[in-house]
Parts: sequence; structure tokens; C-alpha cells
Amino acid sequence: MAGDLVNLLADLKENEVMALVKQRLDAGEDPIKILDDSRKGMGIVGQRFADGEYFLPELVFSGELLKQVTEMVKPHLTKAVETKRLGKVVIGTVAGDIHDIGLNIVDFMLDVNGFEVYNLGVDVSAEAFVAKVKETGAPIVGLSGFLTPAFDAMKETVEAIEAAGLRSKMKIMIGGGQMDDEVRKYAKADAYGKDAMAAVALAKKWVGAS
Amino acid sequence: MAPDEKREERFKRWLSADIKFSSPEAEKGYKDRVTRVTKAFQLKVPDRVPCFLPAANFAAHFAGTNLHKVMYDVEELKLAWRKFLHEIGDMDTYTPPFLIPSGKALEVLDYKLYKWPGHGLPIKTSSYQCVEAEYMKADEYDDLIRDPSNFWLRTYLPRVFGVFEPLRDIPPFTSIEEIAIGSFVSYAEPEVQTTFKALVEAGRESKKWSEASSEVGNEALELGYPSVMAGLAKAPFDTLGDTLRGTQGIMMDMFQRPDKLHEAMERITALAIEATKRPEDFSGPPVVMMPLHKGADGFMSGKQFETFYWPTLKKVIMAMVDDGIMPMLFAEGSYNTRLEIVKELPKGSVAWYFDQTDMVRAKEILGDKACIVGNVPTSLLLTGTPKEVKEHCRKLIEACGKGGGYILAGGANIDEGNPDNLRAMMEAAKEYSVYK
Repeated sequence: MAGDLVNLLADLKENEVMALVKQRLDAGEDPIKILDDSRKGMGIVGQRFADGEYFLPELVFSGELLKQVTEMVKPHLTKAVETKRLGKVVIGTVAGDIHDIGLNIVDFMLDVNGFEVYNLGVDVSAEAFVAKVKETGAPIVGLSGFLTPAFDAMKETVEAIEAAGLRSKMKIMIGGGQMDDEVRKYAKADAYGKDAMAAVALAKKWVGAS
Repeated sequence: MAPDEKREERFKRWLSADIKFSSPEAEKGYKDRVTRVTKAFQLKVPDRVPCFLPAANFAAHFAGTNLHKVMYDVEELKLAWRKFLHEIGDMDTYTPPFLIPSGKALEVLDYKLYKWPGHGLPIKTSSYQCVEAEYMKADEYDDLIRDPSNFWLRTYLPRVFGVFEPLRDIPPFTSIEEIAIGSFVSYAEPEVQTTFKALVEAGRESKKWSEASSEVGNEALELGYPSVMAGLAKAPFDTLGDTLRGTQGIMMDMFQRPDKLHEAMERITALAIEATKRPEDFSGPPVVMMPLHKGADGFMSGKQFETFYWPTLKKVIMAMVDDGIMPMLFAEGSYNTRLEIVKELPKGSVAWYFDQTDMVRAKEILGDKACIVGNVPTSLLLTGTPKEVKEHCRKLIEACGKGGGYILAGGANIDEGNPDNLRAMMEAAKEYSVYK
């Protein structure tokens, strides 16, 4: 039964997923177990994306399914959900750039791979990145950008992290649209990741989890 | 006439366009440049590989001003584009500032779809950017399909232009049939009148920018520099996915309401085709640029591309081809996994402008079917040295130039950076790509 929800979610069977969740809740099952299964299902979605079997539409749709499941389960929760995490990552699209498709894929993939993600959204100032790193103590920052003005914004963000005295304690990765290793050098970041899978691999390497 | 003959005719008209050249040299320059580009488009061998400089908004930076200023000061706009025209040196084509809108017009319209420098973006930002959102709700497909114009006027436009809000209440134009008794009463409402006043003002402002673009464009033509784009068109999937449903929305629709999505795309296809028509005696470049967004590698699977993206895009493309217009398909991101699919288009009917696609494979797969254009990386153009740029161009020319059908260009446009990197591209085209 438990395996069913995992696979139904991984296979994106909307109606079956919702019917099964309802059935399990009605049967008085621990909602935490349902969320655990959902998380496993999302893990398979992430794996299929990494394997090139799933693409952006499947990620978006699975995210919607998870949202629906969470909404159904929430009223039944009596205690906060605790999940063990590999580490914290702060991500965001740099100042002057408002694109977030790639950013959200990275968010999704880091999340299903066990990271605690602080997604600051788009047009994020260097100060906001610094503040979030200080607040969370995250050892990893991911800078996203789609357009060429992001080159300078990335450089400025790395410099701000440096000026705040945080640089030596952390790793910074960049990615998105027109980014590549040339931009990585220009911005003085630690690594460029060509896609969300690369972001996961880098983050895992940096927290010693790979 | 067959599509090939129509296209041939249109290219000839472009070559013999009625232009008051400033000198016989300018006239020769124009003819040489148009011939060079036309031959590459037609998969023939020109004198050398043509080069499109990737300089959309670059002129602003070049002239020491910025996008914000040229969006608000039309004289500054003309100065900047003229400076680029006169000082950058020899180039194969020139792009007038037709993609620079009047900032004031957008403000008057209370435009919400875009942010621009000084209006939602830092003043020094060198680009304007689209704000993606669900401007069309999932349950509005039927409204769009039934009557797109009415859907645009009553639902979409008020969401992206604040000033259109009061027009939700005017009766549909199609309800005006018999003697007009009550049809125009709502135009007496003060809010509706405010809208029209704003539209008039936005029109007046926009016209200044459009006239400035023509003025500079004509000056370039008189000096012998052709532009290479007669307009823009989009893939129906992108029309829905970029500015109506948004990426998130349309990708949900692929699972939850695929039939409605297909029906809406067909409706939009018909409208897109109508918009691409050009009069038979049109003497500008017979080339329409199509920036392609959400069908790129990684955005969807090959099967989804063939199901959702390609069929309606192909219809729009073929309508242009049948009209003798050459679509220049600007594949943003990469198209490595799409090459085998898109090669089915008739030989010599389109050009493919690649951003990050592997050009060696593109030449291999598409080389005998379509002109390929691209793709010096923007990162190199922005952060590299002229020497590095020139060397990269040499490699591209070697890989793609063989037998013609290739145009050297950037992967995407740059808005800032070292002008010598643009000059290095021209130098490379002249030094390394002469056909013997």
C-alpha cells in the first residue's frame, strides 16, 4: 500500500494519488507516513529528471501534486514534520534579473535530494544574500541569472559575501541562461553548474555527502 | 508562383529597393552586403561568410548612455544609434533601434508585463524583462477559443495594461450590428474616456520612437547598411506559455487539459499567420525573426516537443514560407535534441539562428537543408579579449563555413562590453572566411 503512493506520485497519476491519500487519511493513518511516502515519490521524480526521462513539465506537475497532497494532509497533522537534511543552501536570482524557471528547478532538485533550501526568489540584492547567509549559517550559496547583466551582479554578490567576511567559510556556485565557466571566473565563484543535477552534485560534494 | 520563386522575388526586391544612396560606394556596399547575406540564406556560396553583430541595445552603452535614458529621451536614442552607425566601422548589417520602446508610453499605459530600468529594475540595468505570471487562468481557455479578440480586450489587456481596466465594461464590438442606439453609451463614462486619452498619449509617444528608428534606419540604408529583420513572430506554444498562462501554467495544462491547450494553440496559429503576411511589393528584408523559448532542450522531452511545440510552430513557419518570407528561427538555449526533428522543413526555406547549440552537429544535420547562424558565446563577448573572440570566430568559420549557408553571429545579443570584441568578429569574417 505504502509503495503504491510512492509510485503513483512518481508516475504522476493525479486522480489515483488523491484518492489514495484520502483513503489513507480516512483509515486514520499517521499523516507523517503519507508525507514520507510523498517525499519518496518526489525523490523518484527527481531521479527520473536527472536521468533525462522526465523534463520540466513533469517537475512542475509533480510539484502541483505534492502541493495538493500536503493541503489534504495538513489539517490532520498534530506535530511539526521533522526531516533529516544534508545541509543548508541559499539560492536566488541576482539583482537586476527577474528570471526564475531555472532557479526553481534547482530549488526542486536540491530539495528532493535532501537539502534545506532557502530560495530568495528573483532580483535579489547582494545585501539580501549576505543577510540570509548570516541568518541561516548556510555554507553554500547558489547564484542564478539568465541575462548578461547578471554577470556583474554575480561578481558584486560574491564581493559582498567576501566583504562581510563570510567567503572563506563558504562555497558559491553559479548557473543559468548565459552563464558558463568564463562567467564563473569573472565573478570569482567556486563553480559553474550547467544544470540542476550539477547543482546537486556540487552541493553534495561540498557537504561531504557524495 | 511556387514558394521558392516567391522567396527569390522577395530577395530580388530587397536587393533593388528604392533607396537614395549617399554615394555610389554606398550603393555598391548595400548591394554587396545584401547579396552576401542572401546567398548565405539561400545555401549558396557568397564572397565570404557574412557577420551579424550581436548588438541589440549595445549602441546605448557604446555611446556612453544607457537603456533607461534612451527609453525616455528620443534625441539621446538617435544620438546613440548614429554614433554606433558611424563609428563602429564596416559591418554587414545594421539594426536600427526598433526594439527600444518609449518608457513614457509604457508608463502611461500602466504596463505590468515588463519591468525596465528605472521602472521595477535598477536604473543601470541594460535590458527590459518580462514578468511571467498567469495572465490567463486555467478556466479561461474557452473564452480565448470562442473569441480571441474579445478575450484580449476584456480579460488579457486589462491584466497587463492597467489603463485598459475600464474597457471591460464596453460592449463587445461584435454586438454592434443594427442602427447604433445604445452601442456607444459607455464611451460617455469618465473612466472609459480616461483610457482613450491615455491611449492617444501612448500613441503619440510611441510614434516618436518609431519615427526615430525609421530615421536612423534610413540613414543606415543610405550609407549602404541593410537591416536584416522585417519583424518578429512567435511559436504558438510560446505565446501561450510566455505571456498568457506562464511556464508553470502551460506545463500543468499539458497534463490536465491537453485538448484545450491544443485547441487554443490552433486558434493562436491562425492569428499568428495573419500577422506574418507581407504585401507582395514589400522591399525590406524578407526575413522574420522567430525567437523560440519553451521548446528548447531540457524544457520538454522530444515527444512533448513533437506533440505540443512543433506542429503549430511548423504551421506558422510554413505559412511564411508559402508567402516567400524566410523565418529566421532563433533557438534560444540549445536545440541539440531537436535537430533531427526540425530538419524536415523544405530545403533553403528557413535559417536557424543558434544560441548554444553544438554548431558542428548543426552543420552536419542541417547544413544541406538550412542556413545556420551563430554562435559566439555572450560570455566570451562580454568577458573575453578581442584576440580570444577572433580565435573563436575562426574555429566557427572552419566548422560551419564550408560550402556556404553559414552566417557568423553571437549566441545572443550583448548590451555592454568592449566594442573591439564586435570589431574582432568583423575582422574574423573578413580574414578567415573568404571563399575561393
